[in-house]
Amino acid sequence: MNKRVVITGMGAITPIGNGLINFWDGIKSGKCGVDEISHFDTEDFSVKLAAEVKDFDPKDYMEKKESKRMDRFCQFAMASSNMAIEDSQLDIENIDNDKFGVIIGSGVGGIDTIETQIKRLNSKGPGKVSPFFIPMIISNMASGLVAIKYKAKGINMSVVTACASGANAIGESFRKIQSGQCDLMLTGGAEASVTPATVAGFASMTALCSSTDKNRASIPFDKDRSGFVIGEGSGILLLEEYNHAINRGAKIYGEIVGYGATCDAYHITSPEPNGLGVKGSMEMAIKEADIENSEIDYINAHGTSTPYNDKFETLAIKNLFGNEAYNIPVSSTKSMTGHLIGGAGAIEAIVSIMALKDGFIPPTINYKNPDPECDLNYVPNEGINREINYVLSNSLGFGGHNTSLLFKKYQD
Amino acid sequence: MTFEKVKNILVEELGLDEDEVKLESNLKEDLEADSLDLAEVVINLEEEFDIEIPEEDYPKFVTVKDIVEFLEK
Repeated sequence: MNKRVVITGMGAITPIGNGLINFWDGIKSGKCGVDEISHFDTEDFSVKLAAEVKDFDPKDYMEKKESKRMDRFCQFAMASSNMAIEDSQLDIENIDNDKFGVIIGSGVGGIDTIETQIKRLNSKGPGKVSPFFIPMIISNMASGLVAIKYKAKGINMSVVTACASGANAIGESFRKIQSGQCDLMLTGGAEASVTPATVAGFASMTALCSSTDKNRASIPFDKDRSGFVIGEGSGILLLEEYNHAINRGAKIYGEIVGYGATCDAYHITSPEPNGLGVKGSMEMAIKEADIENSEIDYINAHGTSTPYNDKFETLAIKNLFGNEAYNIPVSSTKSMTGHLIGGAGAIEAIVSIMALKDGFIPPTINYKNPDPECDLNYVPNEGINREINYVLSNSLGFGGHNTSLLFKKYQD
Repeated sequence: MTFEKVKNILVEELGLDEDEVKLESNLKEDLEADSLDLAEVVINLEEEFDIEIPEEDYPKFVTVKDIVEFLEK
């Protein structure tokens, strides 16, 4: 018999607000985190906009020396983890450390450090490459650092599935608790890849939007969409075995009841044109939860604002839900946050859980021109206040990864 | 002068306050520098003083004074 898994703490660093409350307030008020890139000079770049994290000083969350030894993606993960642990009121001194695991995903890890140190290698020679180069770039270091801080001695790893990394990390953590291997899992994703090489690379594949209008750039499902807006940040959740949470009197935000993961096995970057992969992952999550399709109250879509993703994800939802699809609100909160790559699935899991808890379905903001090929109810511009019980969250990654997490409103 | 420059590097690389760094400070015990920190400090010293410090000399640096004396030689 699988164990029940609940969420008892959350933390986030995002382009629309740092901290769970600020982030969720940003979502509810329809805030747009897209702005001109400030991290580097974009003069020679076709892409000018990104959704950067604002007002983030690592010293607010950790010692100066600690922060110097971390790439920005790890700083985000550490800050969000601190918030999640604090929020959970977990007494770290009184838990079974061997059953406390960490799985934090990242798409590319310490890319900012890679770029800086390669410049040093080329200009100053191999003897001048920092001894922190390797520990700062490896994607698994976010999990390693968090474990050191919280003495989490259980399973510790990273998941790398591009834009699905955060969602897969949560799904895999869910399995570790379900099976009884762990009582507690700190999990989610982190990314800090608003860097020259990353932006140039995504732009070169024409995946990024080159609009200079902040409110017409990340426009999922809109007919005028032309690419995603790269974002950065982190979302971290504390997952806990149900009885473990009850026994310590923890506040419970929601429950995870299904996790589906498939691969398109089709193309390195293009989604399979019938949306069969993501249809499969949604189907798998619903089956695991043992509910009917009609019980899904809201879908937090991957909805990147690229022409292909939004079209095929829409198709997949229609293929799975049939005519019922038109009755399910489907929104993309990337319209507000931009696309956090490896952090996306994690902050969207937080959105899904808060939507259940607060009875609020977030909108797709800056939606203007309907696309005949994207004809579902995308909750345009205004959120919906409604009691809901089941939320699906999709995350898809280059490589053909499809991940669906199914969350349930918490009831005793 | 050499001490000031060394101090600045230690303050920056080890995230210290200026008054924490004294000539007699033990790098590992007082300033809590681990082997990676020391390697980073050495790279910065090499750049600041435009010298090469061979790896076999690293273990000689126990206190701040050891670094200053090495550089003044």
